Amino acid sequence: MKVLVPVKRVLDYNLKVRVKPDGSGVDLSNLKMSINPFCEIAVEEAVRMKEGAGGHAAGAATEVIAISIGPEQAQETLRNALAIGADRGILVKAEGEVEPLAVAKLLKAVIEAEKPDLVILGKQAIDDDSNQTGQMLAALLDWPQATFASKIVLDGSKANVTREVDGGLQTVAVELPAIITTDLRLNEPRYASLPNIMKAKKKPIDVKTPADLGVDVSPRLKVVKTAEPPKRTGGAKVKTVAELVGKLKEAGVI
Amino acid sequence: MWTCLSPGKNAGAAAAEAAKIDGVRKVLHADGASLAKQMAEPLEALITPLAANYDAILFPATTTGKNAAPRVAAKLDVMQLSGVIGVESADTFVRPIYAGNAIITVKDEQAKKVLTVQPTAFKAAGAGGSAAVETIPAPNGPFKSAFVGEELAKSDRPELTAAKRVVSGGRALGSAEEFKKVLDPLADKLGAAVGASRAAVDAGYAPNDYQVGQTGKVVAPELYVAIGISGAIQHLAGMKDSKVIVAINKDEEAPIFQIADVGLVADYKAAVPELLEELSKAGL
Repeated sequence: MKVLVPVKRVLDYNLKVRVKPDGSGVDLSNLKMSINPFCEIAVEEAVRMKEGAGGHAAGAATEVIAISIGPEQAQETLRNALAIGADRGILVKAEGEVEPLAVAKLLKAVIEAEKPDLVILGKQAIDDDSNQTGQMLAALLDWPQATFASKIVLDGSKANVTREVDGGLQTVAVELPAIITTDLRLNEPRYASLPNIMKAKKKPIDVKTPADLGVDVSPRLKVVKTAEPPKRTGGAKVKTVAELVGKLKEAGVI
Repeated sequence: MWTCLSPGKNAGAAAAEAAKIDGVRKVLHADGASLAKQMAEPLEALITPLAANYDAILFPATTTGKNAAPRVAAKLDVMQLSGVIGVESADTFVRPIYAGNAIITVKDEQAKKVLTVQPTAFKAAGAGGSAAVETIPAPNGPFKSAFVGEELAKSDRPELTAAKRVVSGGRALGSAEEFKKVLDPLADKLGAAVGASRAAVDAGYAPNDYQVGQTGKVVAPELYVAIGISGAIQHLAGMKDSKVIVAINKDEEAPIFQIADVGLVADYKAAVPELLEELSKAGL
């Protein structure tokens, strides 16, 4: 089974998000960029399918291909996926913001050429928080989807997927080929070892452009303003628990 | 014209409720087995053909809405706006990015709009309407996905992202036993959901689905009580929109105090039992 894992390069989740003073966007200059945490979970799951770890039969996945859509530096994100254990990478080089709909179209074009049996991707990117790409891709391909996965059990020509839904868990069976998007509980990604990081440098990355794939990636939406969220006026302290409870009564929350 | 769609199986009661919402002109009631679990594929098959009659299609930003909306958008070749928290005009919307650390205003000039809307960001409409309910057929499939089962939280506590009150614990609690011992009585007293910082989850003190933060759950309750949580950026991103934040931590330099409305520098071991007592005195 061939597995495709799309990954996104985003601002490292440990860093503080700063809005540019002129309101033109979020300041990303000279900041550490990392693989989106949900995408990292997707790579880990695919690699476990290959290794026979995490409840999967060894060799359940025969090849794991990582793909990223972004600038030249997204190669680093792909190297990260390759260090976890993906076999090869594809970079679709695109500058600037590529919206989920365009990403889904690019992925569809690649999928038609690569013919994977399963696509695992993060449920959302922690930068734009769209939570759309997997579902859009499934619709464009007319494939079934299982989003927000916390457990995947492969079973011949289908996958039983436990999903994190409001209020609990839901299990669905999807026929392969299918799209699965990952939630936090699916697994804990490994730290790539130094030898694997070195090995990853030698794995092939194929570079394409949206034009090669025949997809128009010009944005549909226009961000007119980026602002800081309303500031909290915190910092007040109390000396005793009684005083604390008094404040809560005052605020009308108890 | 606003139309409310009520998909489901034997969901007549929901359709009748929807008909009472102020401003709703018509309720389309699709009833059938394929819609029983509101899965993405049948919802896409139901909604996409209806889109021709509407300028905008809105879904709630629930797991059901988030699951289905992008499928409909993609079928319509529309770029979707997710998690809308404000409407400035017919084509301009406000939504958070970076887990609420930045707020963007977006112009959407597409002929058709597909949005998911954050239900907590808008006031519920009144219930003085009397729209007509029209029954429409449910899609028949076949579909390539099937419902197998579900395990809905049996806890008497409210669901974390919907709770009005949340009690959260951090690494300072030191063990899974202590986490439960300290937080459960307080959560029970307040009728609160229980959350945790990533540090507490990583240390194994709390299950993964308790995690509040940028990579966990984003909550905005009326009351958020942080016990022994230092306040890492990634945690703050998940709870800073709470109405009132209480922090109890013995480290007075903890960043959580900068955003807390009510901070108490104290050891939780003494403060939490005292808090339970004071809450009882206050009639809880």
